[in-house]
Amino acid sequence: MKKLALTVNGKKYLLSPHPFSRLLDVLREDLKLTGTKEGCGEGECGACSVMLDGKLVNSCLVPVLQADGKQILTVEGLAKKYLTPIQESFLNCGGAQCGICTPGMLMAAYALNRNNKKPTQQEIREGLGGNLCRCTGYCQIIESVQKVGKTKPSTRKGKSRS
Amino acid sequence: MAWVGKSTLRKEGEKKLRGDAKYIDDITLPNMIYGVTVRSPIARGVLRGIEYLPGVNWSEIVKVTAQDIPGQNYIALIEKDQPYLVETNINHPEEPILLLAHPNKHLLEKAKTLVKFNIDPLPAIFNMAESFAKKEIIWKDDNTFKSYAIDRGDVQAGFKNSKFIFEGTYETGAQEQLYIEPNGVIAIANETEGVTVWGSLQCPYYVHKALMPLFNFPPEKVRVVQAETGGGFGGKEEYPSVISGHAALLSWKSKLPVKMIYDRMEDMSATTKRHPSITKIKAGFDNNKKLLALDIDFTIDGGAYTTLSAVVLSRGTLHAAGPYYSPNVKIRSRALATNTPPHGAFRGFGAPQSLFALEKHMEFCARKLNSNPAIFRKNNLVKKGQLLGCGQWVKEEIKIGSVLEKALTVSGFQEKRKRFLATNKNKVIKKGIGLAVFMHGAGFTGSGETFLSSIASVKATDDGKIEVLTSNTEIGQGTNTIFAQMTADTLKIDPSDVEVVQPDTAHVPNSGPTVASRTCMIVGKLVEQAALDLKEKLFSSQLLNKKHTRKEFLGACKKYIKDVGELKGTSQYKAPPNVIWDEQRYQGDAYGTYAWATYVAEVSVDTRSYTTTVDKFWAVQEVGKVINPTLAKGQIIGGVAQGIGYALYEEVVWKNGKMANARMSNYIMPTTLDVPDIEVHFAEMPYAYGGGGSKGIGELPLDGPAPAILNAMEQALGIELTQIPMTPERLMAKMNENSL
Repeated sequence: MKKLALTVNGKKYLLSPHPFSRLLDVLREDLKLTGTKEGCGEGECGACSVMLDGKLVNSCLVPVLQADGKQILTVEGLAKKYLTPIQESFLNCGGAQCGICTPGMLMAAYALNRNNKKPTQQEIREGLGGNLCRCTGYCQIIESVQKVGKTKPSTRKGKSRS
Repeated sequence: MAWVGKSTLRKEGEKKLRGDAKYIDDITLPNMIYGVTVRSPIARGVLRGIEYLPGVNWSEIVKVTAQDIPGQNYIALIEKDQPYLVETNINHPEEPILLLAHPNKHLLEKAKTLVKFNIDPLPAIFNMAESFAKKEIIWKDDNTFKSYAIDRGDVQAGFKNSKFIFEGTYETGAQEQLYIEPNGVIAIANETEGVTVWGSLQCPYYVHKALMPLFNFPPEKVRVVQAETGGGFGGKEEYPSVISGHAALLSWKSKLPVKMIYDRMEDMSATTKRHPSITKIKAGFDNNKKLLALDIDFTIDGGAYTTLSAVVLSRGTLHAAGPYYSPNVKIRSRALATNTPPHGAFRGFGAPQSLFALEKHMEFCARKLNSNPAIFRKNNLVKKGQLLGCGQWVKEEIKIGSVLEKALTVSGFQEKRKRFLATNKNKVIKKGIGLAVFMHGAGFTGSGETFLSSIASVKATDDGKIEVLTSNTEIGQGTNTIFAQMTADTLKIDPSDVEVVQPDTAHVPNSGPTVASRTCMIVGKLVEQAALDLKEKLFSSQLLNKKHTRKEFLGACKKYIKDVGELKGTSQYKAPPNVIWDEQRYQGDAYGTYAWATYVAEVSVDTRSYTTTVDKFWAVQEVGKVINPTLAKGQIIGGVAQGIGYALYEEVVWKNGKMANARMSNYIMPTTLDVPDIEVHFAEMPYAYGGGGSKGIGELPLDGPAPAILNAMEQALGIELTQIPMTPERLMAKMNENSL
C-alpha cells in the first residue's frame, strides 16, 4: 500500500496508519505529538485544533487519508527555543488554567492572528468560538489575544522571540 | 520582597503552552492495554447472568466481574453502599457490571455490544417527589441518605409577629462539570508490588482510601499519583476512585498495565453531576420589612448511592439562610435516593442550589413589598454581633455592606433599573438588571478540618531547591503558583527557588482533598507554617540569622543538609481559637470564615426567540488577601461563566434515569460568544488564619450568577421565574402562562 506523506511542524513523515484513523490519532499515537488533545471526539470542543494547509481544523474530524501530502502545524510547532508572542501573552494574561484546551485555543488564536493582526473583540470572540474552555470564562483568553506582542516578556526562560 | 499580592506567572504555564504537560492520556506504559466498562442497560433490576455473544474472540479479552474482586466490593467514601461492580442488585442505568480489557481499543468497542445481561427489571423512581413519597423504597428504609434540622429562636412566634409573610418554591437542575479532559487513569496492580494508579484527579488520598479495601492492601501497598489534570470542578473529587478501582481490577486480572479513558459521552452520562434541588421558603417580615422568621425546606436528589450527598446537603443547608439576619430560623433538609447515577461534588457543593432559592425569594419579597431589591437586602444584612442562619456569631467586622454598595456603583444598578423600566415598553428585546448578595464559607464544614488534621511539609533539597509537599493538586486553579508565592515570602526567597512536588501518596503527606475552597486558605497556611518550622531548624542550629538574605538562606540550607542531614519542616492543622461547632444541634461556627459578595447581571431578553443574553456582569467580593490577582480574577471569571451556563443553557435531559443529551453538541455550555465582559472587583481584608491572609474563593463565583441573571430577567419581563436552567423553551412556557 502507498504510504501517506505528512509534513508535521516542518518535518516530513511517511506513514502507514490504519486507514480509518483520524488525523488526531496519527498525531498523538503514531507521531507521539500529544500536545494536541481530544476533548469530545465530535468536533465540538476544539481541543484538537491544528492547522491543515493553512486552515484551522478539528483533527478529530479529519480522516488521516485527507491529510495526505499536506502541511500540518500543531502546538508543538509554535515555539522553538522561545515562546511565540501568542504563547507569551497567554502566560502573562492568565489565558491558560488547566491547560487542556490551551493547545487548541493557541491554534485558533494563531489562525486568527495570521489573517488579522488587529482583531476587534468581536472578531476574537468569533475566531475562538469553536474552542471550549471550562476554566477561564474566556475573558483572559480574549485579553491574551488582544495583547499579543504587547505584554512585557516574562522573566523566565521563555522570553519573547525578537 | 513580598510575592503574595503579585501576579507571578503560572508555574507550570510554559509547559502547558508548549503542549509539553503530560495529561493521563498522553502517557503510555510498556505492554499497556486498554480497559472499558460495560454498564447496566436499565435503571433498576436484579442481575441473573451475563452472556458473551459470538463476534469476537472472547478468550483473548480480559473480563472482570464482581466475583473477581480480591478484597471488598464497595467504594470507600462516607457510606459503603456503592459497589465497584454489580453483584445482583442494579440501582441506576449506568451501573458498572462488567469490565473488559484488550490491547486493541477498537475491538473493545465491538465486544461491548456483544455482551448481554439477563436482568429481571424492578420498578424505578426518577425524581425527588417519587422518592419522598416512597413510591418505591430503593435505599435503606426510607430513601433518605441524610437529613438535617436547624432550629433557632421560635419560628412560629416569628411568623405570628410578622406583618408580611411570603412563600415560594424554587428548582435547580443537574449540571455537568464538563472539564475538557474526561476522567482517565492508568493502573498497575499485582500481589507483589501492590497497586499504583496515575490519574486525572483532585484528591489522591481519596483514591488511596478507596483502593485499600478493594484489594485488602495496607496503606503502603497503594500508591496514587496525580497526572496533569485538565479541570475538575468537583467532577474529579470522588469519581476517580471508581475508574481507578476498575482499571486496577483489570490490571490485577491481566497482569498488565491498564489504561482507562472515558470518551465524552460516557463521562457525561456515567460520572457525577451537580445535585438537582427543590427549595421551599417561607419568610416573615415586620413593619420595617426586616426579617422576623425564615422557614426553609431544602431537598436534593442524590441519585442511587450516597457518595458525597450528606456533605453537599450540609453545605447547602448551612448556606440556606444566606448573608441575612433573622432572629428565628427553621431549616429542614434531606438528600433523597433516585435510580439515576449518583450526583456528587461540583464547585459550590450545595450552596449554589440553596442560595439560588434564597436570592430568588428575597427578590420576590422585595417586589411584593414594593421595595428596591438592593435597599431591601441591605436592610436585612447580617452585622457584626449577630447570628447567621446556621447559628454562627459574626465576630469580626464584615464588609458585605460596602461590597453591595460598590457593586451598585460600578454597575450603575439603580440608574439602569429605572431606565430599563421606562424604555422596555413596546420593545421586543427587553433589558433588565438584577443582583444577588451571598457568602461562601471556606474549608470543610463544622469540625471537618479538625477531623482531617491535614499535614504539609516543606523540604530543602541538596540541589538548592525548596520543595513543597502536599497532596493538594494543581487542576488549573493555581495551586503550584500560590504555594510558591507563600513559601517564597515566608522564607524570603524567590518563587523560582520553590518546587511544588507532584502529588504522589508515596512522597507527599495527606494535606487533605483539593475541594471546598480550602487549598489556598487552609493548606496555604499549613505550607507557611511548615516553611517556618524548617526555618526554625536553621535558626536553632545557628546556621542562619533571623535577619537574612535569600542567598544566606539557601546557603544555610545546603550547609545544614551537609552537616546535619535532612532539612524538612512540617505542620499539622489546628483549628483557629474560638471556632466552636455543635454537631448535635447542627449549629455554631460552620466555617472558619466566609467570603462575601454581590454580583450584578445585565441582560437582554428577546421576546420573539425567548433567548437571553448576558450583556455585562459585575462580580464584587471580599476574599481576604488576594494572593495572585491574575489567577484570582481567572477563578472568579471562570466560575461566573459556569454560573451563566447553570442559569441559562446547561440542561441535563433525563430519560428513565439516563442522561439523554450526553454530548457537547446538545448539552450546551457557554462559548466565547455567550460570555460577556465580566468585571471583577476585590475588597481585601486579610484573614489571620488563611495562607497569605487569604480566604477561599474557588466556589464563591458559582453562587451568585444564577439568581442575579434570573432577577435581571424578571426585571426585563415583569414575571416571576423560579427555575434553572431558564432555557428558551422554559421561558416560552412561562411567558405564555403570563400571556406575554
